[in-house]
Amino acid sequence: MTTSYAECSARERLALLVDTGSFHEWLPPAQRLTSPHLAQLGLPAAFDDGVAIGRATLGGHTVFVAAQEGEFMGGGVGEVHGAKLVGLLKRALRGRPRAVLLLAESGGVRLHEANAGLIAVSEVMRALLDVRAAGIPVVVLIGGANGCFGGMGLVARCADHVVMSDIGRLAMSGPEVIEASHGVEEFDSRDRALVWRTTGGKHRWLTGDCDTLVEDDVAAFRTAAIAALSAAKPITMAALEEEHGMLAARLAFNGAEAVALWAAQGIADAARVPDLDVAAVTALGAR
Amino acid sequence: MDWQTLATQLFGAGHGITRDGDLLRGTVEFDAEPLTVIGTTDHAPIGVQLALSQARIVLDTMTRHPGRGILLLIDTQGQQLRRRDELLGINRAMAHLGMCIDLARRRGHRVLGLVYDQALSGGFITSGLIADACDALPEAEIRVMRLPAMARVTKLPESLLAELSESNPVFAPGVHNYVAMGGVRKLWQGDLADALREALAHAPTDDRRAEDGAARGGRRMAAQVMQQVLDAP
Repeated sequence: MTTSYAECSARERLALLVDTGSFHEWLPPAQRLTSPHLAQLGLPAAFDDGVAIGRATLGGHTVFVAAQEGEFMGGGVGEVHGAKLVGLLKRALRGRPRAVLLLAESGGVRLHEANAGLIAVSEVMRALLDVRAAGIPVVVLIGGANGCFGGMGLVARCADHVVMSDIGRLAMSGPEVIEASHGVEEFDSRDRALVWRTTGGKHRWLTGDCDTLVEDDVAAFRTAAIAALSAAKPITMAALEEEHGMLAARLAFNGAEAVALWAAQGIADAARVPDLDVAAVTALGAR
Repeated sequence: MDWQTLATQLFGAGHGITRDGDLLRGTVEFDAEPLTVIGTTDHAPIGVQLALSQARIVLDTMTRHPGRGILLLIDTQGQQLRRRDELLGINRAMAHLGMCIDLARRRGHRVLGLVYDQALSGGFITSGLIADACDALPEAEIRVMRLPAMARVTKLPESLLAELSESNPVFAPGVHNYVAMGGVRKLWQGDLADALREALAHAPTDDRRAEDGAARGGRRMAAQVMQQVLDAP
């Protein structure tokens, strides 16, 4: 009996992911902290501005957690939403939890408060890197229906460890935006198979962009999150040089098709990858 | 402003900054101190290649010239909107650039951003917005997207957005709005070399943008919410 991570709300994910009953929320909905910008647009607000934050225990260890709600404005980062994330990260510097977990589900900057969202995402990045510099690992979990895009796709790749399900997506621009800009020949956003093999969990795992690939199951995310509690990777010159070399080597690949990229990585029968289950994909080995 | 004009006004005719495609790079002398200049021009889209080219210069500056200041000259239309770049992990490459700049700051390099022409969304987050401070020329333009596109995506009437943008800086493009919200520290007026001198001497090394946004009235809640999280029982 499994519970789909994708089908859960942000709060359901939190409740099932951390130790039972251990989540203590900061600025809960009862405080009715809402975006100051949406009412002028005639749009409904949410009493948590689309993100729940707080402390909990995970496997008995204290962690600070945030979960973005994809059902509210696609998990978009607005002024208050972003400030809650920054506040959580700043509090981690003081409280020194074992790790910070971000259950990311977001289209990125919330366009309805675009400028404030853009600045907020950059504040999240700087605050996240402060937490890493303090030796506290940041773990990002991606498996919601809205994926993890735009500014949150950048934030995810600033973390120590990324966990994804095979139906999770991690990217910068959404396929619709790329199609609108360069045409359906460039990226057919309605071709679901193409979208998933370009941005989905299996591809990101095979290239090393996510560290753990799991099934769409909250229990699997919990197990992966517990295993990642010791995932701190100090950001050093050597680490960034290694990262740079790995990314630069990617440019040797000539093309835009995932199957060809996997084949170039030496994966036999690369065309079969989309049909494989998670266990079979992880058996292929990353990179 | 054209980058050549800017470079000449800042560092003189023999400034030593060269253009390679959309990339600008060079080592300049400013007040008898060497400074690394990294930039883009022609409203460059930032793809995997251009993000890595900039990151390489940051890494080399840290390795060969510990402590040397870095000036980021920003003119970008945002991230490259191509399937190949997404496939290759453009978000990881851009995050890498941001993390290189962030480590440089932590190792004592002053890193300043200057929006001299145009700055958009993803291309801006991992350059000027992750520097110690980001300034702009008054005629520069900064935005996430234009109002017509924002109207289309948000399904709100453009006339409503245009009206609201008069009173609320979060909606509308414009460098003054970014100053009001604290995202841009200040606009460079008058002599540009003097402005750079001031920026190198006085730009903060900690992130004060939320406090600036509150003090300037353009982003009233961010700093307060951050503090509420710190104080929450």
